Amino acid sequence: MLAFIIRRLAQSVVVMLFVALIAFIVFRYVGDPIASMVGVDTRLEDQEIMRERLGLNDSVFVQFFRFIGNAAQGEFGISYRLQQPVTELILSRLPATIELAVVSATIALVFGVIFGVYTALRPKAWSSAGIMALSLVGVSLPTFLIGIGLIYIFAVELGWLPSFGRGEVVDLGWWRTGFLTESGLKSLILPAITLSLFQLTLIMRLVRAEMLEVLRTEYIRFAKARGLTQRAINFGHALKNTMVPVITITGLQLGSVIAFAIVTETVFQWPGVGSLFIVSVQVVDVPVMAAYLMFIALVFVLINLVVDILYYVVDPRLRVDGGAGK
Amino acid sequence: MTRKILGLSAMLLSSTLIVSQASAETIRWARASDALTLDPHSQNQGVTHNFAHHVYETLMDRDVEGTLTPRLATAWAIKDGAPDTWVFTLREGVTFHDGAAFTAEDVVFSLDRARSDKSNMRQLHVDVAEVTAVDDYTVEVRMTAPSPLYPNNLTNTFIMDKDWSEANNVVEVQDYAAGEDNFAVRNTNGTGPYILQSREVDVRSVLTVNENHWAETPPEVTEIIYLPISDAATRVAALLSGEVDIVQDVPVQDIERLSATDGIKIETGPENRVIYFGYKFGDEPLASSNITDSNPFNNPLVREAMELAVDRDAIQAVVMRGQSIPTGIPNPPFVDGWTEELNTYPAVDLERAQALLAEAGYPDGFSVTLDTPNNRYVNDEAISQAVVGMLGRIGINVTLASRPVAQHSPLVTSNETDFYLLGWGVPTFDSAYVFNDLVHTKEGSYGAYNGGLYSNPDLDVMIQSLGTETDLEARAATVAEIWDVVKADRVLLPIHNQVLAYAMNDRITLPVHPENQPLMTGVTFAD
Repeated sequence: MLAFIIRRLAQSVVVMLFVALIAFIVFRYVGDPIASMVGVDTRLEDQEIMRERLGLNDSVFVQFFRFIGNAAQGEFGISYRLQQPVTELILSRLPATIELAVVSATIALVFGVIFGVYTALRPKAWSSAGIMALSLVGVSLPTFLIGIGLIYIFAVELGWLPSFGRGEVVDLGWWRTGFLTESGLKSLILPAITLSLFQLTLIMRLVRAEMLEVLRTEYIRFAKARGLTQRAINFGHALKNTMVPVITITGLQLGSVIAFAIVTETVFQWPGVGSLFIVSVQVVDVPVMAAYLMFIALVFVLINLVVDILYYVVDPRLRVDGGAGK
Repeated sequence: MTRKILGLSAMLLSSTLIVSQASAETIRWARASDALTLDPHSQNQGVTHNFAHHVYETLMDRDVEGTLTPRLATAWAIKDGAPDTWVFTLREGVTFHDGAAFTAEDVVFSLDRARSDKSNMRQLHVDVAEVTAVDDYTVEVRMTAPSPLYPNNLTNTFIMDKDWSEANNVVEVQDYAAGEDNFAVRNTNGTGPYILQSREVDVRSVLTVNENHWAETPPEVTEIIYLPISDAATRVAALLSGEVDIVQDVPVQDIERLSATDGIKIETGPENRVIYFGYKFGDEPLASSNITDSNPFNNPLVREAMELAVDRDAIQAVVMRGQSIPTGIPNPPFVDGWTEELNTYPAVDLERAQALLAEAGYPDGFSVTLDTPNNRYVNDEAISQAVVGMLGRIGINVTLASRPVAQHSPLVTSNETDFYLLGWGVPTFDSAYVFNDLVHTKEGSYGAYNGGLYSNPDLDVMIQSLGTETDLEARAATVAEIWDVVKADRVLLPIHNQVLAYAMNDRITLPVHPENQPLMTGVTFAD
């Protein structure tokens, strides 16, 4: 197990180096950072001095290795846009994104499983058909439309919830949380729902399909024949056996929720890393973009690792095959 | 209905409170982006300056009409017998937020800092030779040559406290290549009407009124909460739901709807910025054209034909929904040298345009690529799309290439575009600023944004003479002469001057500022 984890971590370093290299090649085509750093009337020779000072005239590979060298020492440089250290910027924005991601992943998982089981157990009920139809909306409507729609209904028309921002936050020293104030919790509702909707419908449809599959199998019928209660069969046997794909998807989706909260964060002006990234792309803030991409790569690598470990826990068969050997 | 009545009575109640207390008014001010830094000399960018104007102050300022007004300097004049030296008389009795007195040494320090190597303000002060303090309240600025319009360059150069800067090691401006940020990026000590209480980048900043400010009448707004909201729809929603009081960057398509909404009003006014198209000049064929033996744009007849084909009034009515001022010269009305006559533009005449194209040797038109930014000016991409259609009517087949400004502007500065849209603001309110960068041949510090490489040696001589001409009447005559040539030669194809719109709670009034830098001290409340 330990050897497995160490090997996966070693692989992740390679993955991240590769991500950084691709990122640096792509940065060439996002635009000129100098153009957004200077005023329109900055003389071209001053721009050239600045470009030289930042090392932007060096080749992609020189810039890449310089970045890796600094990154290895935990040094990600200074944001071109805000002139503040990048590591600090990202860390200060991280709590907002993680709180949003965790809440929306929880909503997606809880309601996804409940609705999935419900529609699988009553495939012909009107209520199931209704839930399935609504879920199509969740899958097909773009996030920003859902977000704007919710803002207009709940913030502008009804005036119940705030339309933007994170409300009051409490600073715990190393973490700024919105969980401890009323306005913080209120602010969380709309973005969390917006962000969770897609995952929720995905999980729900997955659970439903898997449940329908499992309910048809032999051992469920035997369980029925043995006279087990409906409850024990549905939740103890059927649901448990649908969980492996659900865990995989939820795990990977948690990564995407963190990485792709960009749209939701922009619509709700949620001060997380996603909105930091999108603004940085607009002004070609290379240090922030590079550090952010590295961070997201790290998140995906770690989540995959956790998912792999969870497999061991949930499915004993994997433990026998892969545990000690590989 | 009940809610409305409640809201109305709440408003009445709060207005009675104003009458009785006449203080403690908070303004929640939303715009699309945050100030980039608090270091006043590090960025020459409108949003950053706008924020800084509340905390720091400049020697002189511009009011909403665009005229220079005294601020930290009470008077300025050219020194007797020394035409290359400006003398500034400073305001007495001004203190910085930390209590230190404002004196001439702070001005000398700040001007030197603003023209230092790493400062982004230095292009405005390149002609300065030396800054000296004569006494505590008099400063002399000696220029390398007579510079009659230098005070125009001072409206965004903020004054810092010398001792504070030395104590906090911020004598130098932030270096991007350094590993750490400078103290001044996050901390302030100005003389301005507001004191920074807290700032969370991209989230919110809180400013409270400076009780010790020198102004005779204190501002009605005692607290400012500054809220950057990047998404336009969210910004408007926040105003509609009453979570903000002023939205500075209002999308054009929302103006009509907002002004029809109860409790919200729109203030509009012209911005000091012109939107125009630029051509590639020279004999070399265009890289993006099907004409491979000549450059159609180099032919004055073609440029005339294009001007006749572009319907500025239609762009104003349809694309801009009335929110623009069509123009015949690339020079906003605020700028010295603008005249009604220059501003006229010809009516659309497609037959004549086609005849001109045929006469020029392109009876079947030609093809060309138009480069446009899509996130810089109001409806920039839509303007370009409209022009593509208009030129299509006379057989000029335009392909549109649309990019974010970070990718668009290098095309112009490195002369890689055949036909492009650009906007030009004139912070000095003087025509020379337009000529230096857009009209003068691209060489040395001139013609930085002359991406089409227009070159007219006669004009170059006249443009250079503007820099040192001290006889203002002779100078105005030269400016007029240059404009006549620029207009007759159709160096650029101007479309319109941008109009700004601020949306606000109808309890308050904030007039539009031509440089889009409104001061919250100018906010008034309706009783």
